[in-house]
Amino acid sequence: MKKREDIKKTYKLYIGGKFPRTESGRYIKWTDPKKATTVNICRGSRKDFRNAVVAAREAFCGWSSRTAYNRSQILYRIGEMLEGRRSQFMDELILQGSSKKAAEKEINLSIDRLIYYAGWADKYQQIFSRVNPVALPYFNFSYPEPTGVVSAIAPNESSLIGLVSIVAPIIAGGNTVVVLASEENPLCSITFAEVLHTSDVSGGVVNILTGHRSELIEQFSSHMDVNAIVYCGNESEEIKLVQENAALNVKRPIVYSNENWHNKNTQDPYRILNTLEIKTTWHPVSI
Amino acid sequence: MGKKIKKSELKTDWSYSPALESTDHVRIPAINDLFIDGKFIPPIKGNYFKTINPANEEKLADVAEADNKDVDKAVKAARKAYNNVWSKMDPAERGKYIYRIARLIQERAREFSVIETMDGGKPIRESRDIDIPLVSAHFFYYAGWADKLEYAFPGKMAKPIGVAGQIIPWNFPLLMAAWKIAPALATGNTVVLKPAETTPLTAMKLAEIIQEADLPPGVVNIINGDGKTGRALVEHPDINKIAFTGSTDVGKLIMKSMAGTGKRYTLELGGKAANIIFEDAAIDQAVEGIIDGIFFNQGHVCCAGSRLFVQESVADTVISKLKDRMESLIVGDPLDKNTDIGAINSKMQLDKIKMYVKIGQKEGASIHQSSCKLPKKGYWYAPTIFTDVSQSHRIMQEEIFGPVLAIQTFRTVDEVITKANNIPFGLSGGVWTDKGAKIFQVSKAIRSGVLWGNTFNKFDPTSPFGGYKESGMGREGGLEGLMPYVNLV
Repeated sequence: MKKREDIKKTYKLYIGGKFPRTESGRYIKWTDPKKATTVNICRGSRKDFRNAVVAAREAFCGWSSRTAYNRSQILYRIGEMLEGRRSQFMDELILQGSSKKAAEKEINLSIDRLIYYAGWADKYQQIFSRVNPVALPYFNFSYPEPTGVVSAIAPNESSLIGLVSIVAPIIAGGNTVVVLASEENPLCSITFAEVLHTSDVSGGVVNILTGHRSELIEQFSSHMDVNAIVYCGNESEEIKLVQENAALNVKRPIVYSNENWHNKNTQDPYRILNTLEIKTTWHPVSI
Repeated sequence: MGKKIKKSELKTDWSYSPALESTDHVRIPAINDLFIDGKFIPPIKGNYFKTINPANEEKLADVAEADNKDVDKAVKAARKAYNNVWSKMDPAERGKYIYRIARLIQERAREFSVIETMDGGKPIRESRDIDIPLVSAHFFYYAGWADKLEYAFPGKMAKPIGVAGQIIPWNFPLLMAAWKIAPALATGNTVVLKPAETTPLTAMKLAEIIQEADLPPGVVNIINGDGKTGRALVEHPDINKIAFTGSTDVGKLIMKSMAGTGKRYTLELGGKAANIIFEDAAIDQAVEGIIDGIFFNQGHVCCAGSRLFVQESVADTVISKLKDRMESLIVGDPLDKNTDIGAINSKMQLDKIKMYVKIGQKEGASIHQSSCKLPKKGYWYAPTIFTDVSQSHRIMQEEIFGPVLAIQTFRTVDEVITKANNIPFGLSGGVWTDKGAKIFQVSKAIRSGVLWGNTFNKFDPTSPFGGYKESGMGREGGLEGLMPYVNLV
């Protein structure tokens, strides 16, 4: 009797809560280190990015105005979903070249990091808010608000924990994001979109593209409706380009270089603060 | 509506006798050298430029122009002071020096106010009651932070960054110097400050105070010059941080030039604030606030309320009252204590204002100006209001930085929020209403760094200031104001 043929997964993009193929119709052949498996990955285009920014901008109002408690629960839910799909990520991480032990560790860490930021989603406001004792008859207070739409270039080396480590603080702060997945190891970044999709994260809050970093970095950093860009990597030419293009509309450029995302010191509330704005309100206290 | 109201038609026609602030106690050195390493020294190339009183175009003094080599000298002095003295000093002692500066400014406040008014053109009422008191308050506030930084950032240690290059504008010369210097010193950094080329004098007086306060040489260095000097400072390889207040265009150039250098920077850039007045507001109070919002300091204010949104039901009343109030503003000698609106800071700025007013008229907006008599000498512009303005008009979208208000009307809360946010800037905004909840709702929805409820243009050293979007990044003032000057480890 013939052995059953398995069903292979098509890796697509994640834009506006949907899984489209790239509008460009292009693909990148991805082969695992053992040269046993080959997968066609979408080679995302500038147009895909622009579409994703439109989706992220549309989602911003809803996501940023959810209650902190609700956002916190949704981040927790992402953690729950990831926990439930461990085996799928195990397979992909191993296929991408991780040892079984390393893969298990990375998944555990990713879940824990989501829970960590889920906990911050309704607390960072208290750490970063103040009542300011002005010498005038006003109740003066400052509090953080999301900066808006963030574009992000995910770390190349650690595909799952890297993605989680930059996306979680951005969305915990109420921003929406378009993220470029690890170019070397894109598989579990796209699978992570499936986790997001089943976690009550509204469409457009997180958009995930795959493709060539060298091709897309220009658009990620120069788009005029993006408020901040998070860049992960050590390439000095890329950093310079990102920071130069950020000047076009005074984007906040945030660069994470030489980070070991497996290390606990890469998680803290100041990383949420990096994509927040402080608003100060003067409210009258006398009539 | 639309009819110009003459002074003679106003119910009251009180004229004020001049009440001039005396200048005989003020000493302005004829030559102002560079302040580097605790000493006043001439520039290497020996170039000087003049600074004038914009109210009468008379020369006040000569000021040394710093070129690249002078900048380098100043940065070296700051580096030496940082390495050898300032970063090693017991923070409590550091604080005492800053307190001392605050006290010395209080003691010499009137002198500073008069010079600020002479050099910049702002009414003495403002420099005396707002600028200079806030300067000393700012130093006083940050002095106390010096030995308390471990309480400011939970879970992290705050370390100084190093040498800060600071470039400030001409609209609040000494106040901007204080905003920059005070937090930098409190956190253990040393400073090279470049004031604007049209208003260098109060910063040079501050240099005297820094000497008097016995601050270790090189901790604060003050050099003058125009954009070239600023550029040399920005591009100097041994600067760790740039703090800039000025136009969005220059801010973008600085961002570009800093790209890839690893230097830190904060930018406080342009604005085009929406001042929103709802039908349930106390109308007379709001009218005063709108007038203050746009005409304060001749409108040379990055957070000026230069866009007014009036709810349709009260638009006729508000606009008519605004015109009346505008007509009664006293425009003239900045040293006169009665003066509401002083001189435009420079010829260049005056030309820019005139250009925008022409654009406004060309684009079809209706213009209303005060019939006040403007002095013959000096740079002056009559307070101006535009109605019949649309969202796409340049006078509604671009920063004019002068006494020019553009007015639009609205019907609903949603509409006005959309209109107010339809701009690349996001520095400040104002909401006028009788309902507290409306202040909270609207100020939450406006994408700006500072929101004033039933007031406008209020400042305090404890209150963070800074913009969203193209109005800059980073905050000055309050605990947030420490952040740009520390590395968190």
